[in-house]
Amino acid sequence: MLEEMVFAGFGGQGVLSMGTILAYAAMKEGKNVSWMPSYGPEMRGGTANCMVNISDKEISSPIVNEYDMAVVLNLPSLHKFESNVKQNGILIWESSTIKEKPKRKDIKTYGIPALKIAAEELKNIKVMNMVVLGALLQINNDLVKKESVLLALKETLPERHHHLIPLNEKALILGGRLVKQ
Amino acid sequence: MGEIKLMKGNEALAEAAIRAGLQGYFGYPITPQSEVVEYLAREEPKHNYVLLQAESEVAAVNMLYGAGGAGARVMTTTSSPGFSLMQEGISYIACAQIPCLFANIVRGGPGLGTIQPSQSDYFQATKGGGHGDYHLIVLAPNSVQEMVDHVYLGFELADKYRSPAMLLSDGAIGQMMEKVQLPDPIEYKPDKPWATTGKKPGQERNYLTSLYIQPEEMEEKNIELQAKFKKIEENEVRFEEYKTDDAKIIIVSFGLSSRISKKSVDMAREAGLKVGLFRPITVWPFPANKIADIAARKQVNFFISIEMNAGQMVEDVKLAVNGKKPVYFYGRMGGIIPTPKEILTAVQARSRS
Amino acid sequence: MKEGYKLIYQKPKTLREKRMHYCPGCFHATTHKLMMEVVEELGIQEKIIGVCPVGCSVFAYDYMDVDMQEAAHGRAAAVATGIKRMHPDKIVFSYQGDGDLAAIGIAETIHACNRGENFTFIFINNGIYGMTGGQMAPTTLEGQKTTTSPYGRDPKKAGLPLKMCEIVSQFDSVAYVERVSCNTPANARKAKRAIKKAFEYQMQGLGSTFIEVASNCPSGWKCTPEESLEWLKEKAFPYFPLGVFKKPEEV
Repeated sequence: MLEEMVFAGFGGQGVLSMGTILAYAAMKEGKNVSWMPSYGPEMRGGTANCMVNISDKEISSPIVNEYDMAVVLNLPSLHKFESNVKQNGILIWESSTIKEKPKRKDIKTYGIPALKIAAEELKNIKVMNMVVLGALLQINNDLVKKESVLLALKETLPERHHHLIPLNEKALILGGRLVKQ
Repeated sequence: MGEIKLMKGNEALAEAAIRAGLQGYFGYPITPQSEVVEYLAREEPKHNYVLLQAESEVAAVNMLYGAGGAGARVMTTTSSPGFSLMQEGISYIACAQIPCLFANIVRGGPGLGTIQPSQSDYFQATKGGGHGDYHLIVLAPNSVQEMVDHVYLGFELADKYRSPAMLLSDGAIGQMMEKVQLPDPIEYKPDKPWATTGKKPGQERNYLTSLYIQPEEMEEKNIELQAKFKKIEENEVRFEEYKTDDAKIIIVSFGLSSRISKKSVDMAREAGLKVGLFRPITVWPFPANKIADIAARKQVNFFISIEMNAGQMVEDVKLAVNGKKPVYFYGRMGGIIPTPKEILTAVQARSRS
Repeated sequence: MKEGYKLIYQKPKTLREKRMHYCPGCFHATTHKLMMEVVEELGIQEKIIGVCPVGCSVFAYDYMDVDMQEAAHGRAAAVATGIKRMHPDKIVFSYQGDGDLAAIGIAETIHACNRGENFTFIFINNGIYGMTGGQMAPTTLEGQKTTTSPYGRDPKKAGLPLKMCEIVSQFDSVAYVERVSCNTPANARKAKRAIKKAFEYQMQGLGSTFIEVASNCPSGWKCTPEESLEWLKEKAFPYFPLGVFKKPEEV
């Protein structure tokens, strides 16, 4: 398998860490991974993104033109990446921030009101990205195991933030439920 | 052996240096390589290396000269504008034959340029870079794993040939994360009788210089250096081939663009085009002989050099091919990374013409 | 020793058997000798590492019988930093002229001093670029003629000469600063004492030590050695006063 993905949004929305946690989880399962960020001044306040590849074989190019899955958390990212999703690919968009709907009919799209859930049910908008990740794992349920994601959270989160792990776990679960409904 | 980690290229490079027995690091912050010095600063209390943030790249390279000349395993890292500033010092280091390791996490130029990844420092890295006749041993990693492996190899070759060695990397490899296997730490025991560590009783003093004011002496020094470079060319060429055996079209590409080209090769094969990839791992010494061998193969129609610059390595490819087959070029400049599809399109266009 | 002769002086064994290229009357030769006498007296020949500059003293490693590195122009302080950081137990010095230390290399000088790099600067200030044929230096005196200030240094165009001892003595991290000269035997003895103290303070790990030798350049100044001594006394010392600018408190 080879899964080519992009995560995009505003700096501060947690797109880079979402990609990192997913890549880390896949690595823990023995897969090859690459995580390529956009970097530099554009990260500060502008649009940030990272391309994540997961494969059971060697990964050739860490840079790709088309994605199996795109996760977009703001409107500029939707505009930028919708057209680059492969046919029959997946587009996940944050539907409480983005007021426009995706236009393509040849891909599967999932609007996830992650910000709303994070604010109303979890009282912490910082875990919005984990709600999205929860949804992603439900949509693409053979990508990585949920246990690996939890392990990744523990191992990538600095010790001083470990008290937030239960909240992140809850966010993942709620995100998953959004898809089931 | 080895711990498996998910690491950024720059951090992996720093960790590898520590494990390879780094004794001194002297550097100056510049995007996109600052994570190296930041990582080393964070890890410093756990280890014995000297870490010094210099007042400039000019100072940093000369601290390297001093510390390397005094026998230590030393490294500096920078990005393009900083590497330009270091060139004078590197010329002195090459002549005084001081082993040390550089990494240039290349960004787009010329001038202040961009902080996005580029390969436009190829000429500077492989042709000497500063004044005078010299070369550095230049390794071009194309993965985070090789950012680690090439640190070990670079230090080793630097010591073996009493020569500066360098990693010619780029902003993307520096910033991206991949799975890496970290080698076990080694205990570094320098064996450098030439180093200036204080005059040994009963022995001549050691001195390191690049000054030979009599032209006859200077020529003699140059002959000595050239003999060393020849030896390196004979023994240290490294390259990688991917599906070149039956290939009619040979992509030549190094570093990041070789990773992307590899995907283009697979895409081309799916489309029924017999494309292969030849990737120099050492860009100096350049694998010219091997390219000449491939050029002599009957089925090979042409070469195309894929680079993130205006066409630099293509000159070395042309010299190696020596007119036997056409050599084309495709590249992007200024910090733009070509996509696999874009490369495939460039290859197909040449294939049709 | 010939019969009937009595040995009253010999050069230190730490100076090599090599004919110096310095011009007659130049303080470089004197300073080399004083330094190597100190090395001999302190018994540190096996523990000391020097850095020579670009300038007249570029060949200092030919004369001083100690391990040495020849640095790029202006970078001796950075090279010395590299050596000392790797070998904190050794004694390290940089030997630099005014063009090297105060013009092209002033950034390295200032930052090494500010970090309190524990090595000794031996700064030969002769107010001119001797090796390249007598051009204006950052320490050329006001009105002084050189090949690039043929009508005399004009402060409006070139600024005033840099007073390095006065500058580096401002840093808390600098332990010892003294300006000396070799224009008389008495001053030469003082210079030697200063060099010795600087090395001793370094061995105690007190921080940067900085000895400026107010020097001459008969060739560059276009005068006889004797006239150069007069010039030092009349023109240079009033602007570059000799003396201790800073010393460790307990001394």
